[in-house]
Amino acid sequence: MYAQLVETGAQRVRGTDELEGQERVFQERIDAGVKIEPKDWMPEGYRKTLVRQISQHAHSEIVGQLPEGNWITRAPTLKRKAILLAKVQDEAGHGLYLYSAAETLGVSRDALIAQLHAGKAKYSSIFNYPTLTWADIGAIGWLVDGSAIINQIPLCRCSYGPYARAMVRVCKEESFHQRQGYDLLLALCNGTPEQKAMAQDALNRWWWPALMMFGPSDADSVNSAQSTQWGIKLFSNDALRQKMVDQTVPQAEYLGLTIPDPDLKWNEERGHYDFGAIDWDEFFNVIKGNGPCNRERLATRVQAYEDGEWFREGLNAHADKQAARGAAAA
Amino acid sequence: MSQTDAAQKLAYALRFGDTALVLSHRLSEWCGKGPALEEDMALANTALDLLGQARHWLTYAGELEAQGRDEDALAYHRNDREFFNLLLVEQPNGNYADSMVRQFYFDAWHALALRRLLASNDAQMAAIAEKALKEVSYHLRRSSDLVVRLGDGSERSHAMMQAAADALWAYTGEMFMGDAVDADAAAQGYGFDPASLRAPWLDYVREVFDEATLTLPNPDAWMHQGGKQGRHGEALSYLLGEMQVLQRSYPGAQW
Ligand SMILES: [Fe+2]
Ligand SMILES: [Fe+2]
Repeated sequence: MYAQLVETGAQRVRGTDELEGQERVFQERIDAGVKIEPKDWMPEGYRKTLVRQISQHAHSEIVGQLPEGNWITRAPTLKRKAILLAKVQDEAGHGLYLYSAAETLGVSRDALIAQLHAGKAKYSSIFNYPTLTWADIGAIGWLVDGSAIINQIPLCRCSYGPYARAMVRVCKEESFHQRQGYDLLLALCNGTPEQKAMAQDALNRWWWPALMMFGPSDADSVNSAQSTQWGIKLFSNDALRQKMVDQTVPQAEYLGLTIPDPDLKWNEERGHYDFGAIDWDEFFNVIKGNGPCNRERLATRVQAYEDGEWFREGLNAHADKQAARGAAAA
Repeated sequence: MSQTDAAQKLAYALRFGDTALVLSHRLSEWCGKGPALEEDMALANTALDLLGQARHWLTYAGELEAQGRDEDALAYHRNDREFFNLLLVEQPNGNYADSMVRQFYFDAWHALALRRLLASNDAQMAAIAEKALKEVSYHLRRSSDLVVRLGDGSERSHAMMQAAADALWAYTGEMFMGDAVDADAAAQGYGFDPASLRAPWLDYVREVFDEATLTLPNPDAWMHQGGKQGRHGEALSYLLGEMQVLQRSYPGAQW
């Protein structure tokens, strides 16, 4: 997902009855469905895990501007251009709300961005793939925003108040993005054979990376069990991925596109689609920095930040001057 | 309306539409690369406003032309010699100071021009101007504010803003130079004489530059022109090549 492989620091998950004092009160509140707010006591592990999860999500929104921004200047109609511009602007806004949510946990946006630029913080693996054709913009909206929604709707009920509230705003916009992406592909699939081939090619390239967004199976992961107990993870990676496949297959059929998986088949007994094995080597390689665009995505963000240094410095200098003038006048 | 009248009015509408479209394109080149997240959002917002305005102007131009061309036919199927945008807005982004000064020079003119168009006897033009003016008033507040803060900021930001102000100056004169199209617009009452905007524009820019501790370049310096008549710099053809690539590569396709 936008936050993949989040470390919690836990070796073993302790049940509520094994906890004592403040930690027990804290867990009882979560078990009772009461939201944790910034001023409440919280275990250090909970705070750190949330910072990692929320900042990974924020970084993903920001880096995610780049692959889509790649097509704004080439959008094939002015209406599609306006839709894409508005979408990318929304993503920057999501980054802002999420950094603000992380700031309530006592870490500044600048510090988080510094970690990203130093290569110490992750962002979603999906944004390290290139957008090669216009159809990729549709595929991202349909599959990537679609997967984001599946992951984030449950997070609207997560235990940390500011994160849950940020997710409510974000989810509303993501569902627009998904519909717009699908609509873009629908136009291609109803268009010329070349346009339809463009849509199929995009699906071929984005399908597997989209499934990888949910992360490897976490059925045996202590980190996931701990996050689940803390109420900041509500479903397993596999359950979310299955939901994505089940939801997407009929949508692909309606488009007349073929999902690039020969093992994809409806399983009557399970009531779900079975699907083929995911190439986790590819996933771990992308996470490690070997995706097709890791280097240029990060380099672009770092360059933007460095090029903007004089700008931020200038605004600060002006604010200082104003403050000094105010003090002199008083 | 005689045929030449219609052609003049069409050219007049295209100037506004093309100018908004080309500047929107330039701003969207900044996507994800601004100096702060708030700037990324503001740039996208301004680009989106200008794109919306371009669509209104081009749609109306298509109606005036009455050849069945819609906003997309006009945006994607004309060459640079048939584009009538101001030279100022096609200038490459440069650094962020260049882009902000370009925006400020333009916004200051744009707000004045739209205010004049509110009185246009062409109801469509007046309506487009009324809607656009709300957005552009905000653009102007924002770009003026940034000019002041960065001009009167650090030594480095001051130097960069002054350099941008000087470099772009020669492209501002065109905004106030009239030709036969402008004369027709003023005579018929749907437009205005651009020379009449020069004094209020200079006053405003001088006022903001004073506050920004920037030096106003010489108002009587040499000025470039030609954009309004379809004679552009080398950069526009590349810009259009990028913008139009899909429409030109797949003729007749629906998107
Ligand atoms: Fe988003
Ligand atoms: Fe989105």
